[in-house]
Amino acid sequence: MYKTFRTPSIWREMDRLQRDMNRLFNQRSSSHLRVAPSYPAINTWANEDGLFVSAEMPGVSTQDIDISVTGNTLVITGERGADDIPEDARIHRKERGYGKFSRSIQLPFSVDAEKVEASFKNGVLNILLPQVEAEKPKKIAIKN
Amino acid sequence: MSKDNQAMEVQEQEMIENDGSERMRSRTTFIPRSDIYETDENVVVSVDMPGVNEDTVDITLEKNILTINGISTYEEPDDFSLAYNEFEVGDYERSFRLTDRIDRDGIEAIFRDGVLKLTLPKAEEAKIKKISVKAK
Repeated sequence: MYKTFRTPSIWREMDRLQRDMNRLFNQRSSSHLRVAPSYPAINTWANEDGLFVSAEMPGVSTQDIDISVTGNTLVITGERGADDIPEDARIHRKERGYGKFSRSIQLPFSVDAEKVEASFKNGVLNILLPQVEAEKPKKIAIKN
Repeated sequence: MSKDNQAMEVQEQEMIENDGSERMRSRTTFIPRSDIYETDENVVVSVDMPGVNEDTVDITLEKNILTINGISTYEEPDDFSLAYNEFEVGDYERSFRLTDRIDRDGIEAIFRDGVLKLTLPKAEEAKIKKISVKAK
């Protein structure tokens, strides 16, 4: 009687602890602890009008970036070209990557595609995604 | 590319502590990813520094130590709160010890789309001289 009462509660406690630990590592960790690093790395800010997305992509030129928004999905595709290295060069270090990339981000709301603004400066892409006016939360006044 | 990416991220997170001194600015400092290649005439160094612009990058060559310093000018948007975060904003610092003598007057630096490209011409005496062997 005592045992049957006790055992499940320990496991429940362990499960809870495990969930907490997982959440802690997923949220608080810096990027190297996360499972799959995607390229480009993005930061997202939110306010009541919409989202602001920044993506780090040094070495990509503006004409090689493609941004598209359909409903609530944002897709960033592009290509970073390889450097022109002369044939007779000796390579000492090669740490920078190049090639094609694509990333799609699910947004928490539908975007007003007409009002999306994007800028690319010093290797950082900034996209402003305003929420569709009709979907914005409405304040409801309480009548006395 | 992604696996390679991951390994570099770890390196990027490490703070630079050369000679045990600390930086004055209390901001995260990254070791930027770099490519280096060398031809008979030049040493070419390319450094990825997103967020830095041509005015906030500082390059010094003292004896044979090349130091690259970049301060990020990236600004977080006003009236927004951070919802999801994958990269951190910080400064960049990295030093390389060059093995060849460099012609200081001929150094060329180009900054474009967050990438610094340095072309360091080798000094005349460091250039490889070809010696032709004559048959008698």
